[in-house]
Amino acid sequence: MEIFQANNVVKEFVGHVALSSVSISVKEASVFGLLGPNGAGKTTLIRIINQITAPDSGELFFEGRPMRSEDISQIGYLPEERGLYKKMKVGEQALYLAQLKGMSKKDALMNLKLWFEKFEIQAWWGKKVEELSKGMAQKVQFITTVIHEPKLLIFDEPFTGFDPINTNLIKNEILELKKKGTTIIFSTHNMSSVEEICDHIALINQSKKILDGQIDQVKERFKTNTFEVQYRGETPDLDNRLAANFRILEHETNAQLKQMKVQFLNGNSNNELLKILMNQFEIVSFKEVIPSMNDVFIHVVEQNNLEIKE
Amino acid sequence: MNKSILILKREYLTRVKKKSFIITTLLMPVFMAALMVLPTYLAMMDDKEERTIAVYDPTSLILDRLESDEFTKYHFIPKQEFQEISKDFKSDNYYAVLYIPENILTTNRAEMISDKQITFDVKNSITDRIENIIEGEKRKKVVDETGVPDLEKKLAATRTNIKIETIKLGEEGEAVKSSTEIAMAIGYVAGFLIYMFVFIYGTMVMRGVMEEKSNRIVEVIISSVKPFQLLFGKIVGIGLVGLTQIAIWVILGTAIATGMSAFIGGGTSESISQAQSIMSSPGMDQVAASAPVKENITLEILNMIGNLNIPLILFGLFFYFICGFLLYASLQGAIGSAVDSDEDAQQMMLPVMMPLIFSIIILFAVAKNPEGSLAFWASMIPLTSPVIMVARIPFGVPAWQIILSMVIMLGTILGTIWMAGKIYRTGILMYGKKVNLKEIVKWLFYKN
Repeated sequence: MEIFQANNVVKEFVGHVALSSVSISVKEASVFGLLGPNGAGKTTLIRIINQITAPDSGELFFEGRPMRSEDISQIGYLPEERGLYKKMKVGEQALYLAQLKGMSKKDALMNLKLWFEKFEIQAWWGKKVEELSKGMAQKVQFITTVIHEPKLLIFDEPFTGFDPINTNLIKNEILELKKKGTTIIFSTHNMSSVEEICDHIALINQSKKILDGQIDQVKERFKTNTFEVQYRGETPDLDNRLAANFRILEHETNAQLKQMKVQFLNGNSNNELLKILMNQFEIVSFKEVIPSMNDVFIHVVEQNNLEIKE
Repeated sequence: MNKSILILKREYLTRVKKKSFIITTLLMPVFMAALMVLPTYLAMMDDKEERTIAVYDPTSLILDRLESDEFTKYHFIPKQEFQEISKDFKSDNYYAVLYIPENILTTNRAEMISDKQITFDVKNSITDRIENIIEGEKRKKVVDETGVPDLEKKLAATRTNIKIETIKLGEEGEAVKSSTEIAMAIGYVAGFLIYMFVFIYGTMVMRGVMEEKSNRIVEVIISSVKPFQLLFGKIVGIGLVGLTQIAIWVILGTAIATGMSAFIGGGTSESISQAQSIMSSPGMDQVAASAPVKENITLEILNMIGNLNIPLILFGLFFYFICGFLLYASLQGAIGSAVDSDEDAQQMMLPVMMPLIFSIIILFAVAKNPEGSLAFWASMIPLTSPVIMVARIPFGVPAWQIILSMVIMLGTILGTIWMAGKIYRTGILMYGKKVNLKEIVKWLFYKN
C-alpha cells in the first residue's frame, strides 16, 4: 500500500520552475531514496510533502486519501538546514518540539526518556545546546524528529555531522524504524548509503523526475552487459579471438592475478564468452558488472543534461 | 491555535526567566528613582556646608541688614583688611569677599572675590538679599522725597501676581479647569513611553526571528506549525514580556513614589522654611506668603488631573501601546526573516523605524500645538499615531478624530500582519541571499 503519493506536482517560483509535473509514490514500510543534484528541486518537493509550501498544481495523497493539514502530525522531518535553540536546555527543547508535533507532555516525556536511554545521553538533559558538539546536537535532533512516532519520516542528508560510529548508529535506527513499519523518505548525495538502505529511488534533475523504481531493477536497467574476468595464464592473441562479438574495456595484466572487463556487443550469451576464454587460460572468477548507484546517478544526470541542452 | 499558545509560552518564559530581564526590570525603577532623588538629595547636602563671607561695605547700606543664617555667616570687615584680602585671597577663614561699592545705588553692581568658583546657590541667595535691601533703600528714598502719606502701604497694595487659569469648555458647556502644562507633561511622558516600548520590543521580535533563522531551527518548527502561527506566537509572547515589565514597573514605581514623596515632602517643607528665613528682610513680606500658595498649587494640580479624562487617557495608552507594538513588531519580524546578518538588518531597519523616530522628533511641536495640522495628520497616519495620538489625548481630542485614527490603525495592522506573514513565510527559508526591497515586494505575490 502507498502511504504517500504525489501526482503531477508543479511548483514555480518567480522566474524559475522548481518542480514540473513530478509524481512519486512511496510504499508503506519501505525506504524511499529521493536523489538528485543540488538545486534539482528535492528540497522543494520535501517541503511540499511537509506542507511548508503548497504546490501550484497537482495532487497529494496520504494513506490513500487526499492529504489533510492534520497529517503533518504523522510526519517527522529532519531538514538539511537544521538546528536547535542554542540557549535552551536539551530536555526542555526536545519536550517543546515534541509538543509542537501534538504530543501530550506526559507522552513526550516518556518517549524522550526511552530515546535518551537508548542513545545513552541522559546526562545531556539539563545541558544547554550550545554546550554540545555538533554530532551530539545532531543526535538530539534525530530524536526530536522521530519522537512522536510518525508514520512517515523524511530525512534530508541525515548523516552530515556524524562520525562513522554514529552514522552507523543512525543507519541502524533507520532500518529498525522501517522494520517496525515506518516509511522513510531519504534524501542524500551519498550513493553508498542509498544502496545500503533504500528500497526505492526517484531521481530528480532540473525540476523533472528522470528515473524511478526499485533499486535493484534500476541497476539492472543500467547494466552494460559487461563482465569481469579474473584469470591466470598468458593471452597471446585474445584480442583477435574476441574481436567480432566482444570488446575489452579494461585489461590489467601486470598483477599476479590478471583481470579484464569485457563488454558484449550483440546479444551473446555468457557461455559463448566462457567457451572462448576457457581455451585460453585458467578462469578464477567470472561475474557480471552491476553498475553502482553512483554510476547510475552520474550517467543518468549527465545524459539528461545533454538532452536538455539540445 | 493550541500550538500558537505553546510557542507564545516558550517565547514568554525564556525571556522572562533571563537574568538580564530580571535585573533591568527590578533595577530600572530604582535607577530612575535615584536619578530623581539624587540631585535633590545632593543639593540638600550642599546647603549644609558652612560658609563665612567677608563683607566690606563702605556705604553702610547693608551693614546690619545682612543677617547670618545657619549655613552662611557674614563677617563685616574694615577697609584695611579688605585691601589685604582682595590683593591676595588665600584666607582659609573666608569663602569669599563681598564688596559693596559706594555707588551701588546708581550702578546696581557689587563684587564677590574668591579663589574658587562661587556656587550658583550662594551667588543667587546673596544677589536676592542685596537686591531687596537696595530696592527697599531706593523706595524709601522715593517715599521720603514725595511725601505722600502712607505711600509705602499703597505701593505694597499695587503688587500683583497674575495667574491665568485655562478653562476648557466641556461637551455640555460646563467649564472645566484644565492645565496646559499638566496635559503637556502627561502627553509627553505617554508618547515617550510608547516610543520606548515599541522600539525595544519590536527590535526584540526581529532578533528572535533572526535567531531562529540563523540557528536553522525554523524549518524544523514550521514542519509542525504554520509559519504564521510561529510569528504570531512570537509577537504576542514578546508583547506580553513587555507588558509584564511595565506592570512590574508600575507596581514598583508606585511603591517607590510613595516612599519618595515622603522623603521629598520633608525636603520641601525644610527648604520652604529656609526660604522664609531668607526672605524675612523688609519689603519682602509677600514672598513669605508663597508657602501657602505652594500648597494650593499641589491641591490645584490634583484637581486638574482629576478634571482630565483619565479613563480615556489610559484606554488610549493601552490601545496605542498594543497597536503600535503589533504594527512595528510585525514589520520588524518581516525584516528579521528576510536578512541573514546583523548589518543587513540594520540597513533594512532604518527606513522602517524612521516614522517612529520622526514621531518622537515632532512630539514636542505637537505638545505645544496639539490642534495643529501637523498634530492632526501625524495622529492619523498609523506609523506615527501611536506616539502622537497619546500625546494629544490629554489636551482633549474630538471623538471623531480618535475613532478615525483607531479605525485606520486597526485596518493598517490587519494589512501589515498579512503582509508580514507573507514576507516571513518566504524569508525564513531563504538562505545566503542578499535581499533588497524589490525582492521582498516580490515575495508578497508568491502563492503559499
